[in-house]
Amino acid sequence: MRIERDVMYIFIATLFLMVAIPWVTGQLSEEIFFEWPFFFEVAIGGLLAGVMYSLVALGFVLIFKASGVFNFAQGAMVLFSALTLVGLNELGLPMWLAIVMTLVVMLILAVVIERVVLRPLVNQEHIILFMATIGITYFLDGFGQTIWGSEVKILDLGIPSEPGFYFDGKILINDFDLIAALIAGVLVITLALFFQYTRIGRALRAVADDHQAALSVGIPLKHIWVIVWAVAGIVALVAGIMWGSKLGVQFSLALIALKALPVLILGGFTSVPGAIVGGLIIGAGEKIAEVFIAPLIGGGIEDWFAYMLALAFLVFRPQGLFGEKIIERV
Amino acid sequence: MNIRKASTHIIATALIAGSLAGASTAFAADSQFIGSLVYRTGPYAPGGIPWADGFADYINLLNERDGGINGVKLSLEECDTAYNTDKGVECYERLKNKGSTGMPAVMPLSTGITYALLDRVVADKIPLITSGYGRADAADGRIFPYVFVPPATYWGGADIAINYVASQEGGYGKLKGKKIALVYHDSAYGKEPIRTLEALASEHGFKFSKFPVPHPGLEQKATWLKIGRQLRPDYVLMWGWGVMNATAIKEAAAVGFPRDKFIGVWWSGNDADMIPAGKAAKGYKSLQFNGVGSDFGVHQQIKNELYAKGKGSAKSAEQTGEVAYNRGLQSALILTEALQAAMNHYGNKPVTGEQVAWALDRLSITEDRLKEIGADGLFDPIELSCVDHLGKGRAKVTQWDGKQWKAISDWISPNSKMLRAMYEASAAQYAKEKGITPRPCG
Repeated sequence: MRIERDVMYIFIATLFLMVAIPWVTGQLSEEIFFEWPFFFEVAIGGLLAGVMYSLVALGFVLIFKASGVFNFAQGAMVLFSALTLVGLNELGLPMWLAIVMTLVVMLILAVVIERVVLRPLVNQEHIILFMATIGITYFLDGFGQTIWGSEVKILDLGIPSEPGFYFDGKILINDFDLIAALIAGVLVITLALFFQYTRIGRALRAVADDHQAALSVGIPLKHIWVIVWAVAGIVALVAGIMWGSKLGVQFSLALIALKALPVLILGGFTSVPGAIVGGLIIGAGEKIAEVFIAPLIGGGIEDWFAYMLALAFLVFRPQGLFGEKIIERV
Repeated sequence: MNIRKASTHIIATALIAGSLAGASTAFAADSQFIGSLVYRTGPYAPGGIPWADGFADYINLLNERDGGINGVKLSLEECDTAYNTDKGVECYERLKNKGSTGMPAVMPLSTGITYALLDRVVADKIPLITSGYGRADAADGRIFPYVFVPPATYWGGADIAINYVASQEGGYGKLKGKKIALVYHDSAYGKEPIRTLEALASEHGFKFSKFPVPHPGLEQKATWLKIGRQLRPDYVLMWGWGVMNATAIKEAAAVGFPRDKFIGVWWSGNDADMIPAGKAAKGYKSLQFNGVGSDFGVHQQIKNELYAKGKGSAKSAEQTGEVAYNRGLQSALILTEALQAAMNHYGNKPVTGEQVAWALDRLSITEDRLKEIGADGLFDPIELSCVDHLGKGRAKVTQWDGKQWKAISDWISPNSKMLRAMYEASAAQYAKEKGITPRPCG
């Protein structure tokens, strides 16, 4: 992947501001406690949280790449997969078998979505497909809870929740965050390689550009859609497992889609690496802002700051950091 | 079968079904209608389901065991709000005129819906009962004749939490110089205790810090780094909601903040909040305005009369001791005691909202009455009057032992003198804004 020069400049400026602003606010206000070890603890915590956001953002990117559609249902897919996994586990299936069965369910779901929702809408306006994904969201939310119930369920991976370890004696790093980041990292690298170096990856890009043109050169559009929705289902399951073990498996899991949106805006809707870098910048940026800027304005800025940060990036890169630049000649 | 024939069949079936429905409505005319606004669906369903089950079980117990109240059968209808204000208002409008006398009282189970209904209930003369949520200043019955807030308010909860902290530290005198933080849902609900805590901080000399968490509170790492790694307070209080609660407890564990110094309000103390937090929740404390567990006579009766006969609302009898279940039970008890008082006065027939408001204005659920019901120790006695729509406002402190809640204090009284002045000042301000003339209370 070739990194453009303006992206490099934006990176350097972002890094500089992420360090300089906390240092300045720490010097100016007594309310803000600035010490380098604490700053690094916040930044590392933010980066690890950012990987978790990337995990959710990836599902959106995959489907957007394949169909040019923002899949509103990605959050619902996370909830549905986690509910299915825990539900099957509660029925007595061992966890490994429950995971396999859930993968099968997500594959079936992908086939059904392609047959029932997407196939009749081939070559329709993107907004129509987007509206269809809203329908899928509500269906999955309701259907999942009808089958598995609305009660909160535990998903215990056995990762300790108490403080992890101290790096350099001063910087606390949490075990759960580290393990989650590792799992997400492995998944992301696998996907990036899969889509970069396989025929399906190239077919995917062709489909994203133009459904009709892709069909005319013999790319099996239906198969591509099924594959992509199935992979998005797998990503949703991994996100569901990690977020579900953190928050419990409950309806609120569907809301984590909200955390992925600024990541997508910043990283670009069409780039797997963009989802990763975007997640890291949003994660670190929002944490640093909440700790070193929020006390000056009353606190609680974490969520909207993430969107503000993403919008600031759009001023310099309207397509997102790694998004495809669309040039339309008239 | 041709289309015309099929249509005839459908119309005939619809007419028969309609007439049967009409017959059942006519049958229900002698029963007391009760509308229940619940949230069994949506993001907050894990806390809403046990409440709805507790409420329904108590109503069904009265029907099964006593044939209703004073011989009048109770007819319960639920409407699911999904904890959504517009749906809540829709439910209220749908239910308010049902039954022969309309809905006798509304318990919206949401501060948002409560605010949306404040003016409507006055126009409709239907009492609004908000147990442990809604407007604290509605404790002043002269300005809020149709709003009742037993058994506790958020302001009282904040005062009780500090009272408990003081008792742990060896008295109010030991609070000077201590650091107490509040983690709160960044909404009108979450901000409710701030005024009281600020007043108490200046009175007792502790340093009070606030940490808002934006809705829904899925991610709180930065907040807890500030609290656990930077401020390092002596105690943290929480006014959280839904998924925010479990996340806060997990993040508190991640930064090593001791859970036994972490105290939540009752809405941060559901069983459903503790389960996802897992081992991290062990030792965490919460205020409760009801007792915990199911070792009470009323639970036994519910198990015998309902669950043993397969008529229980919850999935199993084991769920009848959950905190939210007991809260639903308590709401049903307050309502049915008021219904009984109204029937005792107006005659044994379905009563109207206005008649129930009359009964609530003089509601007396004494210790003896609680013993008769089998709920002594489970609930605190309630005495209301025309002026006082709150009662004692007491709460207990409970602690999660990893599996269930255990009461670790007796009922703790809030500083009623200070709070009453605050309620009256706030209510007077509301009356001024709305042009309300306080009603005389003899």
